[in-house]
Amino acid sequence: MGSLACNIAGIPFINPIVMASGTFGFGQEYAKQYDINKLGGISSKGLTLEPRAGNSGTRVWETAGGMMNSVGLENPGIDAFLTEEMKFWETIEPVKIVNLGGSNIEEYVLGALKITKDTGERRKDHLRAVDMIELNISCPNVKEGGMAFGIKTNVAREVIREVRQATSLPLAVKLSPNAENIVEMAVMCEQEGADCVSLVNTFSGMKIDIHNRRSVFSNIYAGLSGPAIKPIALRMVHQVARQLSIPVMGMGGITSAADIIEFIMAGAEVVQVGTYNFMNLRAGEELLAGLQSLMLQENISSLDEIRGISY
Amino acid sequence: MYTILSNERICAGIYLMTVEGQFQEACMGQFYMLRAWNDVPVLSRPISIYNVENNSIQFLYKMAGEGTRLLAKLHEGDSIQLEGPLGHGFPDVKGRVALIGGGIGMAPLLYTAKQLDKPDIYLGFQDQSYLTEAFEPYSNKLVVQIGGSVLDDLDPSSYEYALVCGPLGMMKEAALRAEGLNTKMYVSLEKRMACGIGACYVCSVLNKNGHRKVCTDGPVFLAEEVDWHGQLSL
Repeated sequence: MGSLACNIAGIPFINPIVMASGTFGFGQEYAKQYDINKLGGISSKGLTLEPRAGNSGTRVWETAGGMMNSVGLENPGIDAFLTEEMKFWETIEPVKIVNLGGSNIEEYVLGALKITKDTGERRKDHLRAVDMIELNISCPNVKEGGMAFGIKTNVAREVIREVRQATSLPLAVKLSPNAENIVEMAVMCEQEGADCVSLVNTFSGMKIDIHNRRSVFSNIYAGLSGPAIKPIALRMVHQVARQLSIPVMGMGGITSAADIIEFIMAGAEVVQVGTYNFMNLRAGEELLAGLQSLMLQENISSLDEIRGISY
Repeated sequence: MYTILSNERICAGIYLMTVEGQFQEACMGQFYMLRAWNDVPVLSRPISIYNVENNSIQFLYKMAGEGTRLLAKLHEGDSIQLEGPLGHGFPDVKGRVALIGGGIGMAPLLYTAKQLDKPDIYLGFQDQSYLTEAFEPYSNKLVVQIGGSVLDDLDPSSYEYALVCGPLGMMKEAALRAEGLNTKMYVSLEKRMACGIGACYVCSVLNKNGHRKVCTDGPVFLAEEVDWHGQLSL
């Protein structure tokens, strides 16, 4: 069987399949569906310093080959995560990534400090802890912050610099495809000491109810994901990966083992699977089995052999 | 994957699907995520349980969009994927119980009536009734209203419990009429869903204690806990 092992900032992943933030909760729900210890990693539901109620109104809309969401970072807050959800995370093996959101730099920094401190304490007690922070500068669904930081490189630079100083944990930055220049943004992340970039988050989109003559979303725009975005996401991963020396987590519309191979060939170290978790509640397990048999069929003995081969 | 035994058109836009299998674990008021396609549409469809027999389950559904249109096209022998049973359904209540259904909202009430001890059943329809005869054997009293409001046909104060499923406006009105009474009213809410298992947060509704997920905290909620103002804005 081909080797599936991957590595980001010294953290070993048993395989390249990481569940994307916002599509996998904190993992408990899917643990009832299959053995999630088979996964390479899990990125948490986006967390903020304080709990958030999220957006009102319609939160989901299907599109041709995709879906838009406007959840707006509904989450229990970092403190509740650390006291409640971490009990479950202590029991599971995949690489544990906290997706950290915020409205301003201070909020990001305080969030990063709390997670880092908690990790230190857990490690002292020989408990499993958070392995990595994924900085969400790209959520399109919150009015303040979120994507505002993900559009302009110079605005994002400040956040990343401050958070980098606040945490010793490996730091990934999740990039928005809505950035003015995603390659420039990624290069800046590397310059500022990020250990990894993950891309892409959702594309900003819209749906108008022609009877009501207004957007179906109370936040007007929403984030498009799913198979519809895969070609653009893949192109962006390809553009970014070839310019960086830090690893890339590639994502956008993955629904098959062949899609995973494409992202690896575009240069991704690991991939994230998002919307497909809704389409198939056992997505992780089935993608893993599919990946193993596809590698056998294509005579790929390790992912290193094909990573970035399409440059 | 399961096999469809039948998928019949009951009347304009209303279909009854019977799927083969053992579904005894399903509880009244729960639902399944149905899927009979690959990637398009991307999401599965949450459909409540209409009936469970020894060797089959039934879903009564209204053709409302792309997903239910695809479901309506399925035939005997076709395969379908069912994820479930999901959600918190109706409570097993005893005493004087009314079941109140509006239109396709009657769907979860048949299986519920079968579990309870002959409740009074009120079913309201806009222009034509369907399948009401199925409820007869399980009801103490069956009232069918066509055109008007089924809520006008009952006095909620004469019941200890009322279990309601129907259009949002009707459930809100039912909740208003039960306010201040000793009647415990439960409503079954409906929202667009993505995962159906509580991970994606797209089916949140506002409850007096904050946001709740229709898929796992509901779909059945105590009417008095629902923030009907927020609910209507959702």
